[in-house]
Amino acid sequence: MSASRPLPRPLRTAAARRGRPTGPFLVAPVTLLFALLLVLPMALVGMLSLQGFDASSGGVLDAYSWHNYAQIVADPYYHEIFLRTFGLAISVTLGTIVVGVPEAWFIFRMSARWRAFFLILTLGPLFISAVVRTLGWSILLDGQGVVAQMLVRLHLVDTPPQMLFSFPAVVVVLVHALVPLMVLSVWTSLQSIDPQIANAAVSLGAGPFTVWRRIVLPQTAPGILSGSLMVFALSASAFATPALIGGRRLKVVATAAYDEFLHSMNWPMGAAIAVCLLVLNLGIVALYGRVIERRLKRRLGEATS
Amino acid sequence: MNRNGPVALGFHAAFTMFLIAPLAIVCLVAFTPGNLLGVPTLHFSARWFKALIDDPDFTQAFSNSLLLGALSATLAAMLGVPAALGLTRYRFAGRDAINSLLLSPLMIPPVVIGVALLQLFTRIGVSGSFLSLVLAHVMLVFPYCLRLIMASLVVTTRDAEHAAVSLGANAWTTFRRITLPALLPGIAAGWVLGFASSFDELTATIFIAAPTTITLPVRIYMSMTETVDPMVAAVATVIMAVTLGLMFVLDRLVGLDKVLMGKH
Repeated sequence: MSASRPLPRPLRTAAARRGRPTGPFLVAPVTLLFALLLVLPMALVGMLSLQGFDASSGGVLDAYSWHNYAQIVADPYYHEIFLRTFGLAISVTLGTIVVGVPEAWFIFRMSARWRAFFLILTLGPLFISAVVRTLGWSILLDGQGVVAQMLVRLHLVDTPPQMLFSFPAVVVVLVHALVPLMVLSVWTSLQSIDPQIANAAVSLGAGPFTVWRRIVLPQTAPGILSGSLMVFALSASAFATPALIGGRRLKVVATAAYDEFLHSMNWPMGAAIAVCLLVLNLGIVALYGRVIERRLKRRLGEATS
Repeated sequence: MNRNGPVALGFHAAFTMFLIAPLAIVCLVAFTPGNLLGVPTLHFSARWFKALIDDPDFTQAFSNSLLLGALSATLAAMLGVPAALGLTRYRFAGRDAINSLLLSPLMIPPVVIGVALLQLFTRIGVSGSFLSLVLAHVMLVFPYCLRLIMASLVVTTRDAEHAAVSLGANAWTTFRRITLPALLPGIAAGWVLGFASSFDELTATIFIAAPTTITLPVRIYMSMTETVDPMVAAVATVIMAVTLGLMFVLDRLVGLDKVLMGKH
């Protein structure tokens, strides 16, 4: 408690003057909860990932080694899972860029009222539960579903295709789930553009595409980058969509960890996979933090919240 | 700046359809009169909603989800107010570290949190209990609560507090009569966003829910791995309606744009 000191202010509150409820005292309850529910179990997962597993008795062995990690590095089965997850995250990121970056620009150019309406409409689905979205897509993409019927009726295909349980389907559904974040991220950087620069370009004879490519795109690049990192991290750790749209055959890292825990009951292996996922994810988050920091530094002096 | 051309408007229309289609189809299918998943064309029926009310599995899951959301959001808000005050108004060793720790559930993959909690709860023998679910959800929704409370704390001035203190009010009176009322919109918004996040949470909950404590999203997930009938679409429609209602409340309280900008 003695290490804490209130911010120097012209007039301290009575509480601070008497030195009673200060900073550490106020954050203590929730910090304790997080220590018990987050820090401790994470440490336990780290330890568990080093333990062995006896397949015949289904028990966790007490010997500690790097065996599980060695197996992830050596076994082609896990290579495939990690490579598929990486490919999925890259594809989803590119998809959200292709769809989200132009859309953010189009919404930005609308009149104020439409702009507010479509911004809410675009970002609203972020709140809708992943299961609801996934259910919608599985109805749409099913072999007897709406899209298949439509393709047959338009004579594009002869027999209704089964589009579920395929890699492209997982990509499409994740793009749908995460594109609002890309729009949001690009939107934030669009707001700091000085419209006079674009007007100057137009008055000098630039067409709308040239204005977008030469003026707008370079200035939104930081927004695209931070949006990409966020989308990449979230699609690399996505669970419900790969599990339900990809099916059991298209395993990714998150569903592999789930299967080890709740189907194979090989908890140490599941823990090792989870640790790998966490490390990769935190690496991307750290990178994201540096990108944001650089953006803030560039806008030094401006209000940042 | 100039308006959007026909290509831009065409792209925009396609984008909006792409965004809305999967959500709209769920609502449509929920009103089908038939036994199979299909889009009703001429006749609409609420029979699957009636079936829902008669299904003890789903009513149990629904009440679990409501209770879980309310309890965890309330606890998170109660812990969030002192934490927000401590983090914004005081400087102390480890403040930044604690701030990052409290926001970290947003950055850790939910699968990893699920794995960690499953192991913890199994070891201490409370696995599958409702209490363990509440504790887990308090942690999962806490960052949303904290952010909104902190945001409303930053914009309030302390002049009224200083005036109250100089007029002889003690710390508790100042907090109860001045600080807390000024924070109420932020607390309410934090509660609503916390409730919504808990109500929608799937991935971490799958690991720790037992058949008796199952939540609505987990229930849908389980049925989707087997067969999908229109009743699942009806449940999903109910979830969506609840979420949209909460979004509306949030918009009234603090403005949805502010919530979204602070969400990630």
